[in-house]
Amino acid sequence: MFNRKSDTFLWYVAANVLVVSLLFTHALFERKKALPHLLNGIKMVHDYQLTDLSLFTDARYTRHPSMADLNTAFQDHPLSLEHFPSGSLIIPPPHLIKNGLD
Amino acid sequence: MDWIEKQRNILDFALSSLLRRWGKNLALVIVYTVIVFVLASIFFLTHSIKKEASIVLQGSPEIIVQRVIAGRHDLIPEAYIDEVKKIPGVLAVKGRLWGYYFEPVTGANYTMVVTDASQDKVGFVSIGQGVARVAGVHKEDTIPFKSSDGTYISLEVADIFPHESELIASDLIEISEEDFRQFFAIPKGAFTDLTLRVRNKSELNVVADKIRRYLPDTRPILRDEILRTYEAIFDWRGGLLVVIFTGAILAFAIFAWDKASSLSFEEKKEIGILKAVGWETSEVITMKSWEGIIISLSSFLLGIIFAYIHVFFGSFFLFTPVLKGWSTLYPHFKLIPYVDPYQVSALFFLTVAPYTAATIIPSWRAATIEPDSVMRL
Repeated sequence: MFNRKSDTFLWYVAANVLVVSLLFTHALFERKKALPHLLNGIKMVHDYQLTDLSLFTDARYTRHPSMADLNTAFQDHPLSLEHFPSGSLIIPPPHLIKNGLD
Repeated sequence: MDWIEKQRNILDFALSSLLRRWGKNLALVIVYTVIVFVLASIFFLTHSIKKEASIVLQGSPEIIVQRVIAGRHDLIPEAYIDEVKKIPGVLAVKGRLWGYYFEPVTGANYTMVVTDASQDKVGFVSIGQGVARVAGVHKEDTIPFKSSDGTYISLEVADIFPHESELIASDLIEISEEDFRQFFAIPKGAFTDLTLRVRNKSELNVVADKIRRYLPDTRPILRDEILRTYEAIFDWRGGLLVVIFTGAILAFAIFAWDKASSLSFEEKKEIGILKAVGWETSEVITMKSWEGIIISLSSFLLGIIFAYIHVFFGSFFLFTPVLKGWSTLYPHFKLIPYVDPYQVSALFFLTVAPYTAATIIPSWRAATIEPDSVMRL
């Protein structure tokens, strides 16, 4: 089976493609498995009237980016551009950019 | 069949040629794999967060009305509820009470919310997993909170939200209205903001416009805008991600171009010998293309596999310090694997195609030179 170098390489590529397909199949099953949790999540967001993910808890405009306004990033003092590292990771919400001023 | 056999022979030769310079090529594959791994990890991570946000945040309020005084978000009086209710098409208006609590001992920020279910649970709180972790409390323990007048109030933990809710409720504290108002000295009849339900979903913008007109000191935020916020935040074309992405692609472009465009003395000599023993220019180019495909395809596949394992099995541990930032309280969550085929194919064409193309041009140049002049170099 592995008499030639090309055979070894082609089998190696096939094995890699198989692993990638298995991983993507795993993704499919995981998504199906997560469906009840997602439905619970929607219900919780609805019941608790939540608006944002609790990903970044360091500043209020990163904890609730969709609730932020244009001046929150400058909350510390007039020349304070960006204080928190997570503030550099995310861009302002489109509705703030679109409106110009809120 | 002849064509396949010919290609296999050329592939055999290309592999032998790569193995002769195995150290250099192994280093190339490692660097190449790391670049694909980093980019694919970013793609997998951001797409999955974005997708999950777009699903769970569908439950968020249709319209939120905030009051702004002197450019700052301020408490909204109860009278505004009646004003908003008068707008045709508005089905229900509710005052929402929520705020932040900074815990000086641990340095963590909590988000406190009042819900319909917590109204009559005076003296009790339900907390997120992150709060339980940071404060080191369990069910039925008490947590002391420093209220706005400086006194401490101890509240009993009635419940801890499940692990699956960490992404939305890690820092959440569900508290009763009475405790919340006493705690932050918020007078009765004042709310943090208002939430609205509208009869006809296509009228959301009209209702929002009317709110702006009737109550000029307020700003309405639509659910669509909340959803678009997360779409934009984790868009790979925005924020710091585009900087990482551009940096990685440029570094790789320079690296690949340098490697692929300048053939070494041995490689040029090899091409000369091949030409001298009767190889056609097209065959030399095919052989060099195979070399490019071997390196780029192997690296691409390995990079994708490692990235998937890193993000969905390893909880993206390499990115955690970046995502944590200055947060003391950070959610421990397992992402649901959403893989965008568009992103995977974009990554394929951005990495495999340019490298393979970059190897062909110098090989074609070397292959068109007379064999004896190349061998005399």
